[in-house]
Amino acid sequence: MIEIENLEVRFRDLHAVRGVSFAAPRGSSFGIVGESGSGKSTILRAYAGLITDWTGTMRLAGSPLARRRERAFFRRVQMVFQDPYGSLHPRQTVDRALSEPLLVHGIGEIEARVLRALAEVALPTSVRFRYPHQLSGGQRQRVAIARALMAEPEVLLLDEPTSALDVSVQAEVLNLLADLRERRRLTYVMVSHNLAVVAHLCDTIGVMLEGEMVEQITAADLRAGRAAHPHTAALRALSTELEEA
Amino acid sequence: MLVDVASLSIAFPTPQGPLPAVREVSFALGAEKLGIVGESGSGKSLTARAILRLLPPNALLTAERLRFDGIDVLHAREAALRAIRGRGAGLILQDPKFSLNPVMTAGGQIAEAWAAHHKGTRRQARQAALDLLRQVQIRDPARVAAAYPHELSGGMGQRVMIAMMLAPGPRLLIADEPTSALDATVQAEILRLVQDLVSRRGMALILISHDLALVSHFCDRVLVMYAGRIVEELKAAELARARHPYTRGLLDCLPSLTHPRPRLPVMVSDPAWLA
Repeated sequence: MIEIENLEVRFRDLHAVRGVSFAAPRGSSFGIVGESGSGKSTILRAYAGLITDWTGTMRLAGSPLARRRERAFFRRVQMVFQDPYGSLHPRQTVDRALSEPLLVHGIGEIEARVLRALAEVALPTSVRFRYPHQLSGGQRQRVAIARALMAEPEVLLLDEPTSALDVSVQAEVLNLLADLRERRRLTYVMVSHNLAVVAHLCDTIGVMLEGEMVEQITAADLRAGRAAHPHTAALRALSTELEEA
Repeated sequence: MLVDVASLSIAFPTPQGPLPAVREVSFALGAEKLGIVGESGSGKSLTARAILRLLPPNALLTAERLRFDGIDVLHAREAALRAIRGRGAGLILQDPKFSLNPVMTAGGQIAEAWAAHHKGTRRQARQAALDLLRQVQIRDPARVAAAYPHELSGGMGQRVMIAMMLAPGPRLLIADEPTSALDATVQAEILRLVQDLVSRRGMALILISHDLALVSHFCDRVLVMYAGRIVEELKAAELARARHPYTRGLLDCLPSLTHPRPRLPVMVSDPAWLA
């Protein structure tokens, strides 16, 4: 579904992404981990079309992506950001946030679709006319996910979708993402600094270090400690050290 | 006892009447490492800040007892509080990007903190700043002292913050989510540094975090807060034997690298926890 070959991104004198390649088949999830500045979010932003200055090949369902994305691309690919407080318009109600993608893409039955979307992310209909500041962090992230799903995309790009949430809310959102993937056969690319979170949702994980993807490893191999690159092993050790304490 | 708190309550006025944020919290602290864990809104930060009476101006603070190092914080005047803040207890906040002065060099800020609590010349203050930077394991103190906060990485900024808090020689260090904004590798380094400094200087530590596993790794004792109350107190080593369903829930709902599960258990809060 998603193929990236030899992606390079430069910001002036910073070589942010260096020859990254990976693929995610339909219905699968690919995770990208790394520390801040390793280039993991840049890959996601380049794929989403938020960064236009890149070289290499990126494909969606076999067809190469042009520098300027077509309108249809934004219907098929949607992105969810870390902080729903920053990504939802503070002066728009939930209803407006959810109906906007429908208007943009000229999709009808707005009323019914908004109600269905709220039900799908397990939000009560009472939140429909509330503003973001009247919702909890978990509810806001549900709204952001619902908004991303309005145009019925095939791919969700998830940039640290649970990092700003409390652990109990994180569990709910991760379960929701797993359910949605199954129900809608979505393909995910998820970026996170938390190895346990990525391994929970993704079958294959790419490890970033200074702009390079130094290793691609299956979640099973990662759990079993079969990491080939020392950076992967180091990240794993930090994650399990606290777990076993 | 360094800190002695009995029946501490903090509320905020709303048009519907006072909204309680911390309810009847009691604990005591000697020269030890205490963790306070809870989710957002549990009152963990307010509880720790009440010790320094660093609360928003509209907070309604009541307590049967609120003492720091023998001083009655509840009734102390501002002058007495200034002696506690800094010299008595230092406060390390989450993100050095927002807590350091952006238009002052790192060295200048540390020297200022030192000079506020010591008598000495500028030269001595500058010397003290370099010495403190060395103590927080900065290899090139002169370079870092001359740098502005935006020129430092997150981990380096947090070291500067810690050096600044150590400058007055406090007896208690309060670290409020000191590593939440940092990468995992840096996080471990900073916490080890704090642990090391605390034991070397015989300071007490209050570590506030949402991360139960992390806190129990670095503390002797853990208080678990929920909706403004302490629902459980544990020895850090006995985390696995936590009994309160909220504490168990916090531990259970984390995805684990070594014990994968297809679905994560979701916490169902029980109104009885508020009783």
